[in-house]
Amino acid sequence: MNLSFSPEEEAFRQEVRGFIARACTPEMRRAQEGEGRSKESYLAWHKTLYKQGWVAPQWPTQYGGTGWNVTQRYIFNEETARAEAPTTLPFGLSMVGPVIFTYGNEEQKKKYLPRILSGEDWWCQGYSEPGAGSDLANLRTRAVREGDHYIVNGQKTWTTLAQYADWIFCLVRTDPNVKPQEGISFLLIDMKTPGITVKPIIVLGGIHEVNEVFFDNVKVPVENRIGEENKGWTYAKFLLVNERSGIAGVARSKKAIERLREIAGAETVDGSPLIETDSFSRKIAQLEIDLAALEFTELRTLAAESKGQMAGPESSILKIKGTEVQQRITELTVEAIGYYGYPDVHSLGDNEYVGPDYANGEAGHYFNMRKASIYGGSNEIQHNIIAKAVLGL
Amino acid sequence: MDFNFSEEQTLLRNSVSKYLADNYAYENWRKFTRTEAGRDPKHWAQFAELGLFAAPLPEAYGGLGGGAVDTMVIMEEFGRTLVVEPYVPTVVIGGGLLARAGSDALKEEFLNKIAAGETIMAFAFAEAQSRFNLANVSTTAKKQGGNYVLNGSKAVVLSAPIADTLIVTARTAGNQRDQKGVSVFLVDKNAKGIATRDYATVDGLRASEIHFENVEVPAARLIGTADDGYALVERAVDEAIAAHCAEATGAMKVLVDTTVEYSKTRKQFGVPIGKFQALQHRMVDMFINYEQSVSMTLMVTLKLGESDGERAKAASAAKVQIGKAGRSVGQEAVQIHGGIGMTEELNVGHYFKRLTMLDTLYGNVDHHLQRYAAQS
Repeated sequence: MNLSFSPEEEAFRQEVRGFIARACTPEMRRAQEGEGRSKESYLAWHKTLYKQGWVAPQWPTQYGGTGWNVTQRYIFNEETARAEAPTTLPFGLSMVGPVIFTYGNEEQKKKYLPRILSGEDWWCQGYSEPGAGSDLANLRTRAVREGDHYIVNGQKTWTTLAQYADWIFCLVRTDPNVKPQEGISFLLIDMKTPGITVKPIIVLGGIHEVNEVFFDNVKVPVENRIGEENKGWTYAKFLLVNERSGIAGVARSKKAIERLREIAGAETVDGSPLIETDSFSRKIAQLEIDLAALEFTELRTLAAESKGQMAGPESSILKIKGTEVQQRITELTVEAIGYYGYPDVHSLGDNEYVGPDYANGEAGHYFNMRKASIYGGSNEIQHNIIAKAVLGL
Repeated sequence: MDFNFSEEQTLLRNSVSKYLADNYAYENWRKFTRTEAGRDPKHWAQFAELGLFAAPLPEAYGGLGGGAVDTMVIMEEFGRTLVVEPYVPTVVIGGGLLARAGSDALKEEFLNKIAAGETIMAFAFAEAQSRFNLANVSTTAKKQGGNYVLNGSKAVVLSAPIADTLIVTARTAGNQRDQKGVSVFLVDKNAKGIATRDYATVDGLRASEIHFENVEVPAARLIGTADDGYALVERAVDEAIAAHCAEATGAMKVLVDTTVEYSKTRKQFGVPIGKFQALQHRMVDMFINYEQSVSMTLMVTLKLGESDGERAKAASAAKVQIGKAGRSVGQEAVQIHGGIGMTEELNVGHYFKRLTMLDTLYGNVDHHLQRYAAQS
């Protein structure tokens, strides 16, 4: 047992660091800060990583994964966060991709996986519905088999970045006469199919990130179904476990705390840096300690995974603690900037600021991050999952 | 990075766990903690047989050359069964100080004894006014010929009533709170001029208030160099913190498991209380607190060898986590058990008490949050 890095691992770190320094342009870095980003700005870094062969560290090598061990993945995450390189979107790489290579047939793997890797296909997630949030299995979007097609009718909501998506992976009801979990199927639907309408929802922070997606007699070929009919809940849960562990975001939070420290060092209280006040320094200390605990819990999970144990319901801990830390960082950042939390960036022109640069948009970011304890299964649902699956209650 | 236990460490865990399961049952613990000595001395001898004292000590002096991970494994198992034997003061503090800074003669004499289980040590560092500041030492040691002469008092010296040797911090120079001027001595507990007042602690241990009046200690019993003991003590205490963090996780695990099991059998309103979501979420929080504490114990254990600043941060971070988590898990375990959790008869309350006192030991949450912030 040790925390040290071997010379090979240090060399790997230098390789990653060098690559990012060369390949991640200032435009790519800046693009992630802006709101209402273009599709191209999201994909630029994805495509850069793809060319390098590094876009899917979590995939098996036979499908285009990197074959990195736990330590290498840890180093890669540290280095991308340290350099403030953008993150890749999870919908294809972390969500539907693993479902396809785990449960899909050979044709599906051949058709979809390369296009996920290359960034040619943008995926979005058709899970939540107006009546199916925490109670996801209560979904009503109906798929009725007609020959070699399903006819899909219904509505999905909170669909992140659906406005850019080429494909949506959808949980649909194929049997309404059994227990809710037993009548669900997992369909891949081309967003260009006639009958699909996307409507924006503007959320706190004033941004267009999520949407409603309506299905009106949408024809979906049966070959677009993953696995067996009515077994979709199994695949859906598999995806959720991956989604949860991906949410922890340790390396990003480390970087964000570093930034918070800088802000709290620049802000002053009667001439002394805010960070030197007893109360604020203790708040940051507690936050860092919570993050350290999360980091080692994630490392333990990854170590277990590398020994062949699948990520299990314990990944709910990563989701709960990871999002709590992320939210706390944004909360303390708004606390640190004081009055300059007030200006609404949407009322200003492009590249116009009021107050210090670092305060720009922080309040909006805090408001927006309240989503973190709601999405991916609310943190209360994560408690239910641990109660049932781990504690056996 | 490697998070795997070695084969030796796995064997060590199995043998400790098996011995305690077979010989350290709660019913026995209840009996011997109520005797005057507060312990059953046969366990100390058996621990020696099992090689627990030798495990982390250097091979040159009867040890097995292991390290902090071995101590972590042992202490986790001790925590599960509320072991009262003074492993940490003897092996982690005493063994650690001697291995790092002891003269060859002291190492030869005492490390071999520790490894063989032939000595019991107590760590006399706190004073009535010192609170958690290890440098706040008013007990004095004055050089007179070939001896140091100790005067002053030490407070709440855990396990002192059963110890034969005291590790004493005393001031050889400087003012009461100066780090410079603190020295560390190995003192024979039977030395002339030592007066003790012995008592039981709330968590089943024994302790003493100790008064030193012109106690003569041979200069050869100084560990390290005079006046420079503070850094040694701080490091030894950080190592002790790591060990007690492991102990706390063992205790927390028992409370989480016991509480969850109890909630599945205890019925109210016609159903097991574990079916109530209000209680489920609280038990999940207990579980998360436990898991995060295991993570932090691992973190501090693996960082003990880093620079002084990094080590101090790691130890304080872990102590904050364990202090908060231990208190919370203990309180919740009692609450969810209800009235039965309040009884002396059930083991739950005793784990709660141990965890509560572990928060205080070597500095509580507030102290370590402050120490962490000061290092940042």
